[in-house]
Amino acid sequence: MTDSKSPKVSDDKPGVPGFPSWAAVYVFVVAVFALNVAFLSILPLIAR
Amino acid sequence: MRPLDYLVLVASMLGIAAYGVWRSRNRATLEGYLSGQKDVGWGTIGLSVMATQASAVTFLSTPGQGFESGMGFVQNYFGLPFALIIVAAVFLPLYRRSGVYTAYEYLGKRFDGKTRLLGASLFLLQRGFASGITIYAPAIVLSTVMGWDLDLTILGTGILAIIYTAVGGNDAVNITQKYQMAVIFVGMVTAFVILFLKLPAEVSAGDAFALAAGFDKLNAVVYSLDINQRYTIWSGIFGGIFLSLSYFGTDQSQVQRYLSGTSVRESRLGLMFNAVMKIPMQFFILLLGVMLFVFYQFAPAPVFFDHSTWERHVNAEGGASLRTYEAAYAEKMDAKRSAIRSWLDARSQNDQAATERTLNDIRAAHAEAQNVRAEAKAALLQRDPAVKTKDSDYVFITFILEQLPVGLVGLLIAVIFAAALSSLSAEMSALGTTTSIDIYHHVINPKSSDQQSLRVSKFATAGWGVVGILFALFANVVENLVEAINILGSLFYGTILGMFLVAFFLRRVQGHAVFWGAVIAQAGVLVCYSNLSIGYLWYNLIGCGGCVLLSAIIQSFMRPSDPSQSASAAS
Repeated sequence: MTDSKSPKVSDDKPGVPGFPSWAAVYVFVVAVFALNVAFLSILPLIAR
Repeated sequence: MRPLDYLVLVASMLGIAAYGVWRSRNRATLEGYLSGQKDVGWGTIGLSVMATQASAVTFLSTPGQGFESGMGFVQNYFGLPFALIIVAAVFLPLYRRSGVYTAYEYLGKRFDGKTRLLGASLFLLQRGFASGITIYAPAIVLSTVMGWDLDLTILGTGILAIIYTAVGGNDAVNITQKYQMAVIFVGMVTAFVILFLKLPAEVSAGDAFALAAGFDKLNAVVYSLDINQRYTIWSGIFGGIFLSLSYFGTDQSQVQRYLSGTSVRESRLGLMFNAVMKIPMQFFILLLGVMLFVFYQFAPAPVFFDHSTWERHVNAEGGASLRTYEAAYAEKMDAKRSAIRSWLDARSQNDQAATERTLNDIRAAHAEAQNVRAEAKAALLQRDPAVKTKDSDYVFITFILEQLPVGLVGLLIAVIFAAALSSLSAEMSALGTTTSIDIYHHVINPKSSDQQSLRVSKFATAGWGVVGILFALFANVVENLVEAINILGSLFYGTILGMFLVAFFLRRVQGHAVFWGAVIAQAGVLVCYSNLSIGYLWYNLIGCGGCVLLSAIIQSFMRPSDPSQSASAAS
């Protein structure tokens, strides 16, 4: 978690290690969503 | 509640409010008051956006939803990550570049003054009433179960929010929301841990999950294409994108949260934090409800969870007959418990056939117990047709009051108040800002100084708080209040989103076209509402689609305008 003391990074770049662009961040978010749905889909099977 | 619980509750709520006021004490300029110091990092924005959306109802009703219907409700949030990506990529940079305080100010820059006023007025109308339910919904549940005076509970919640929001402005909202979310996280995790610890020693976490799965409570994703199914992955994604886009993209209570970021980057990361965390958070709250269901398979469960209402009717004239349902339910639950013990034995011996057989026994016993519960509710309804028989909102609060140790009860009640205050303060701040910027400064006194606008902002914030309190105090005159507010929101959200979609994506459409397109679409929605009986969520789509379509059609009949005009205004 950052605060006002976090280093200044250009708005054009996400400034998150491993993410060269915002498009990469958005793809990551969609990938997390897909993983969530996959986990939720198999949850009843795992639980039994 | 014991004195220690009251101490935890009052100290945490007053302490956070006082700290928020103290930290934001030097906001003497209009910009400082409305936008804060613009020094907010992504973590604070992320929590603030999350806290604004999660109201007290989230923490009272959602576990009840999990208890009653399982995990399916989580699909309602499947469109949210996609909507937040669109807001972060399209809406946010345009708002930031325009240097606006409110979303509706952007409509003024892109179109004209009357379109801005229309958007602001629709928001004030809808959100102004909704703030009443934000206070009323937890107050009615808490006053019922705790025996508190309803009016005093409403006044206490409303006045505390008014004081710190009106005094400290946007920064006070951001700061308090961060700590309110901390209380919420700590409280919910604590409740979850205690819930597991209170399960019988012979029931492992694996058994608890397997039992929940045996009752189909863990079926979270439904791939059915049947449109009559309430929650499916498809309605969740497509309907959810639309609703979340309206809420996060055009509702000032959210726009104000992420516009207070120190840069576009911080705001975007705050939004992406929510895009990633929201589904797991809702999953966790629903899972708490599912585990409450498992817990009450072993612990004595009331036949009706709204204990106060039940006892009132039992103790009234002729109400003693209701006790027969309590006895019948206890008997059925004992039978079910015995079947569950057999199932646990079969499971521990890894006997597949016996496990299946005993699971069927459990299901049969469960159906019988549910029948008794339904009969008890029907009997209650027969005695009093106005009684609310949906008791799932009372499941979690019953667990809190009956099962948690002294001190933690206060913490969990603080969770509910923290959620109510965090949503209410963001709503009041947004209503005050919109009134000051889009109504007072734009229409009433365009030559007002910053100091005048600042004063108006503070009074407007407090004024909307008073409106919310008054609405909550008189809310019981409206039958089914929550639904009434949801209907009201759906009637206006679509048109507002339509205006913004035209602003962002139909560059050739000008102010007159979108204004009249929105007015006709809104009138059409109201006419449809009074003549049709379709589900109210569809009005979002009708309003939005109607506004976009009509704006484009009206523009095509108007003289072509200078495209550079709109481009320069919006850039």
